[in-house]
Amino acid sequence: MMAALILACSVVFLLQFFVSYCRSLIAASAKHDLSAEVLDVTGLSRNTSGEDFARVVQLLLLCPDRPDDRSEVRAVGAYFRLLSFVRATLARIVPSAQAWIERERAQCTYFAAVTLDRRIAFSRDLLAQQIEA
Amino acid sequence: MSGLAAFVILSVGTLLEALVVVCAVRRKLFRRYFFLNLYMILCAFASLGRWQVLKQEGLKSLSYRYFYFYSDAVLTIALFFGLISLYMFVFEEMKLERYFRLGAVVLLAGTCWFSYAVVSQSSHKMLTYFAFELSQNLYFVGLVLTYVLWAAILKLRETRTLLVQLVLSLGVFFGASAATYSVSNLHPTLFSYVHNLMPIMGCLLPLSWAYAFWRVPDDARLTPARLAVVPR
Repeated sequence: MMAALILACSVVFLLQFFVSYCRSLIAASAKHDLSAEVLDVTGLSRNTSGEDFARVVQLLLLCPDRPDDRSEVRAVGAYFRLLSFVRATLARIVPSAQAWIERERAQCTYFAAVTLDRRIAFSRDLLAQQIEA
Repeated sequence: MSGLAAFVILSVGTLLEALVVVCAVRRKLFRRYFFLNLYMILCAFASLGRWQVLKQEGLKSLSYRYFYFYSDAVLTIALFFGLISLYMFVFEEMKLERYFRLGAVVLLAGTCWFSYAVVSQSSHKMLTYFAFELSQNLYFVGLVLTYVLWAAILKLRETRTLLVQLVLSLGVFFGASAATYSVSNLHPTLFSYVHNLMPIMGCLLPLSWAYAFWRVPDDARLTPARLAVVPR
């Protein structure tokens, strides 16, 4: 009985902390303006949509990896999958959650686009360093 | 999980734990977050001990399991004090350190007593289950305390990004650990799977703390109310 209670509470708290943690990662990218180049490459408009997330992540994977954003991308990817799961299940029963989920999914896409922007800048710096050397 | 995989996971965990301390020292945050760093140092030593026992006795040996769960119980107590140190940061202007210390000791003693009371009902398995029960209960108490701390952060409008990320990742770790222990308690047949999952989860906390110490500037600020699941 005690273990069941602990399990139920732990899962609820865990989800809350996980969502807040991912939102804290995404919040840092919200202030960053996307470059015209990234908007062009990804075909995104200023208002991103959750539907573009997979495409932006695919572009992200084509870029040389930056070790310091790898764990962020994984955490936000897991958050996006969680949101998509909730959208496909719970949001059908609670339609009011739909708008919130869509907003969150769009922010995940924006985060991925900002990361892409940073990776492109990183690759360009690397190339410049190699040319100088 | 094979012995090799266990070695790899232990090694990754140890490296990440060392990385947290290195990042904190580099950023001159070691003394400021002393209890969190102390926990990471203890974790690294425990991992080295586990590595040694794993090498000598093997993954499925009783010695390894005893060593794993007893060292985990000790580490959980250390993390408990790390959590209390985060409380002191959030409430530092209120000068409540003495009360937090006293409360932490009382809560810790109460959890130990409760775990003993539960386990003593099956006294023939006392030694086997005490560490397991204590860890489960301490993780749960830690989770509840982290939740209360998160509520205080939202209420007091604490904006330090580093502190917020440390607290949130601690909450994720406590939640995942408490859930894993309780699943194993509910279905003992799942113990072997759970036992394999725990070292993997043990890598999550050093990973997120290393990230926070490495990347998040000390003066970075955010609005915690925007992070809450239920908008405030």
